Amino acid sequence: MLSFIGALPGAVSQGLIWGIMAVGVYITYKILDIADLTVDGSFCTGGAVFVVLFGSGANLWLAMLAALAAGLLAGLVTGLLHTACGIPAILAGILTQLALWSVNLAIMGMKANVAINVTDPANLDRLLVSLRFVQDVAKGTRPFYRHPILVVGVFSLAIISVLYWFFGTELGASLRATGANPNMARAQGINTDTGKVLGLMLSNGLVALSGALLSQYQSFADSSMGKGAIVIGLAAVIIGQVVFGRIFRNFALKMLAVSLGAVIYYAVIQAVVSLSNINTNYLKLISAVIVAVFLSIPYWKGKYFHAKVKTGGASHA
Amino acid sequence: MLEVKDIWKVFNAGTVNEKQALRGVSLTLNDGDFCTVIGGNGAGKSTLLNAVAGTWPVDGGTISIGGVNVTHLPDYKRAPYIGRVFQDPMLGTAPTMQILENLALAARRGQRRGLRWGVNKAEKDRYQEMLKNLDLGLEDRLTSKVGLLSGGQRQALTLLMASLKKPKLLLLDEHTAALDPKTAAKVLELSDRIVAESQLTTMMVTHNMKDAIQHGNRLIMMYDGKIVIDVSGEEKKKLTVPQLLELFNKVSGSDEADDKLLLS
Repeated sequence: MLSFIGALPGAVSQGLIWGIMAVGVYITYKILDIADLTVDGSFCTGGAVFVVLFGSGANLWLAMLAALAAGLLAGLVTGLLHTACGIPAILAGILTQLALWSVNLAIMGMKANVAINVTDPANLDRLLVSLRFVQDVAKGTRPFYRHPILVVGVFSLAIISVLYWFFGTELGASLRATGANPNMARAQGINTDTGKVLGLMLSNGLVALSGALLSQYQSFADSSMGKGAIVIGLAAVIIGQVVFGRIFRNFALKMLAVSLGAVIYYAVIQAVVSLSNINTNYLKLISAVIVAVFLSIPYWKGKYFHAKVKTGGASHA
Repeated sequence: MLEVKDIWKVFNAGTVNEKQALRGVSLTLNDGDFCTVIGGNGAGKSTLLNAVAGTWPVDGGTISIGGVNVTHLPDYKRAPYIGRVFQDPMLGTAPTMQILENLALAARRGQRRGLRWGVNKAEKDRYQEMLKNLDLGLEDRLTSKVGLLSGGQRQALTLLMASLKKPKLLLLDEHTAALDPKTAAKVLELSDRIVAESQLTTMMVTHNMKDAIQHGNRLIMMYDGKIVIDVSGEEKKKLTVPQLLELFNKVSGSDEADDKLLLS
């Protein structure tokens, strides 16, 4: 139990970081109605670009921006494969993801992982977030406002605010219409292909940004760090919907729910790990089962459970 | 306003399912014409409408709207000229978006969509007024999701959206076919009103011969991918259903299609 509570701040921080990726997944899965598998690759792309640039002495924000740009590019590739080449979205995502495996390795100089030198205090201090900051703040050697929960929390809120604004604009509304009803969108003069490409870019940009944050947090990028990212993203989307669906109706709050969904996911995983001594290699299996069950619930609900209608009473006919 | 010249469309070319849906159709609609289109199943009515709307490219011929050659433009690039209402009430609106947002999207048909706010205060009041005129009780539900509306309400909303930004051409594709008779009559009446108010050039596909005769100033009948009957003005006003059937039999050279047309 103690070990769980001790690990909680770390789990929450990590959950918030994955939450940004989940918000990206939300854009494609919920708004555009596309299951985009690019994210498993673009998450690592973001991390790889960041670590390599940061390691070569680049400015933190510049490196983050470059990671974002790399993600946008990955989304662009998937988008063009889907719209310009007519490949089904899910397959287009798989193709890009596969290609990114090589690209990510190439970015990292053909190494499976690249570390950030955090033993150098000056270098460590340049980072936005780090696992070490959690301990440092607890020990009091670092000011509280450097705590990853606070930093990533503020970062997430900023991203959600920008997205809320964007999806309220004419362009953003046309993107939502593209996902909601492509026929209607086209009849209103909206180029649905452009909408899809833009949405995929935006989504993968956020995913890569999240990857950049995670690689900072754990102080390395790894070629397999994005494996199963889409499942974690979906888990966050679903958990957020199940837990907060009834109270969070506003669009910004829905995105917040996704972000918090990721936090809950990580807290639960952390609880499982600390309380049950389970081999962590089973975590992916557990994640997949959880997501499969939650994806099935709405279907089962519609098929086997019907809303009870009040029977009896006076007839008004 | 609309000039269709010798258009052809073949589906599944070169297979056993090959279907020559349009076989050299030519049609000119003048400014303010309200043309009804009838014909049996597979006659090419909806194909003609889709060809004009740009759902897919035609195999031959040209289409121009208001003097602009749109033959090679995809549907979304023709949207500035065309307002559309589909047969399926689900197709014309975005169900997960608000009534207000749907209208705001339609108000910007054919415009560049930038980073300005999607809905402004002034248009909100304007839409409320317009919805009041529909008399469907939608004026108080501006922020309701369209998915909550009935089929009739959606078709009425789609009509409003199609005419919000005055189109050069209004395309109604059996837009009352999926509605119950009472609602269908109401939506048709609304269509008449909107067409008259904005003097829209209109094409309306229908399965109902009576509706085709009652509405509009021109009637064309299609058969086997061609326009076989084209009546307008006084001649159309005097037309009756039996006369129309007789005309059709003469042109098609058979009477086996009678029941199909009458019953459908």
